[in-house]
Amino acid sequence: MSSWQVIQQGLPLFEKGFGLTLWLSFVGIIGSIIVGLICSLLQYFQIPVLSRLASIYIEISRNTPLLVQLFFLYYAFPVFGFKLNAELCGIVGLIFLGGSYMAEGFNGGFDGVSKTQVETGKAIGLSRLQLARYVVFPQGFTLSVPALAANMIFLIKETSIFTVIAIPELTNTALDLIGMYYRSNEYLLMLVIGYAIILIPLSIILTILEKRVRYGTFGN
Amino acid sequence: MAKQILKVEHLEKSYRENHILHDINFSIDEGEVVALLGPSGSGKSTLIRCLNGLEPYQKGNVIFNGKPVVPTEKNWQKLRQQIGMVFQSYDLFPNLTVLDNILLGPVKVQHQSREAAKATAEKLLDQVGLREYENVYPRQLSGGQKQRIAIVRALALNPELMLFDEVTASLDPEMVRGVLNIISKLAQDSNMTMIVVTHEMNFAQQIADRVLFLEDGHILEQTDGTKFFVNPQTDRAKEFLESMDF
Repeated sequence: MSSWQVIQQGLPLFEKGFGLTLWLSFVGIIGSIIVGLICSLLQYFQIPVLSRLASIYIEISRNTPLLVQLFFLYYAFPVFGFKLNAELCGIVGLIFLGGSYMAEGFNGGFDGVSKTQVETGKAIGLSRLQLARYVVFPQGFTLSVPALAANMIFLIKETSIFTVIAIPELTNTALDLIGMYYRSNEYLLMLVIGYAIILIPLSIILTILEKRVRYGTFGN
Repeated sequence: MAKQILKVEHLEKSYRENHILHDINFSIDEGEVVALLGPSGSGKSTLIRCLNGLEPYQKGNVIFNGKPVVPTEKNWQKLRQQIGMVFQSYDLFPNLTVLDNILLGPVKVQHQSREAAKATAEKLLDQVGLREYENVYPRQLSGGQKQRIAIVRALALNPELMLFDEVTASLDPEMVRGVLNIISKLAQDSNMTMIVVTHEMNFAQQIADRVLFLEDGHILEQTDGTKFFVNPQTDRAKEFLESMDF
């Protein structure tokens, strides 16, 4: 069989895997941003108890590999009576990992707003909430865009680890096809192309976005 | 007798082991201009920042309009509408237009209608010659223009007392005059009560009704403005003036 035939043979499965990678990434990224934002706000406003819990979560999440987190969700949770299907495990795992990265991204942005901006805001009588709403958050979100963008790319790449809990996403599909037809060159090439089709355009879009919102370009 | 706006009694401030301000006592009457002078590190900026609660102090009282301030963040937050402050770094909010920078306090803090606040803002912008810039963003302005807007932003709240903390220290030399003129005009035409930290001795001499001379966190002397520059009371102040070429 020619390489071209091999590739055509794998195409339908690859399309499915491609779609699944996209879908899992999308849900995971949205969920991560929501979790990250909540954690970051809890920390910014120093909400008692909850902000402490957020820090503990961030430490655990950032200092354990996704692989281990997935094993835990997939194999250990059922022992306690929570049985999740593989896809749900993947999404929960990705959000558990991404939430902390996004939280740190937002925190970095808020911290990046200069202390003198905050003092000036105080000096015109703004309350803590008003200060956050009109000064710190608008500037802080803009500052956090590069970190959030990098996290998105990172999370999409992390979905390849889902293969260990047998989710048929791109990597899993490629490994399956190689296992079936013993044609690793063709299918690995397809795998690389599959990720590139997602990541390169996204990376370009995010770079443009970063340039447009960069701090100090307000008014353009 | 003029109404007393602010009085400071036995104010002490330390940061960890460092005792920064020692037994500060002074008062300022309505319409008076007080210049805080002294060498770098003498505590001028720290003192002026204590007067609107940006810097906590450990002992002593700040009495504003006859009422001792209970120094909680909430009380200071209310008082800051009446005690305007302008900083060395101007710090206009880069995410807002010039007009929105100015309206933020009056509309959000004082709940004035946007129309009324806008009318006041435009009048003030006219006075500093920057009316045509109301819809631009701060990044499009020069340092001097930014600082003039920062002054307008503080004035828009209609404060009773203005604090100026080295407002020309980070400006290009040719921008300094314009900003100082605005402050002088504010003192003369609007009779604004103000406390000014500055290194511009000519300006201080021209504007100050009274000078507080600080060194190492102590007020070494309080002298009438006219007298201080010709005949300072302490040797240290004499030395200080001689070291400044003006």
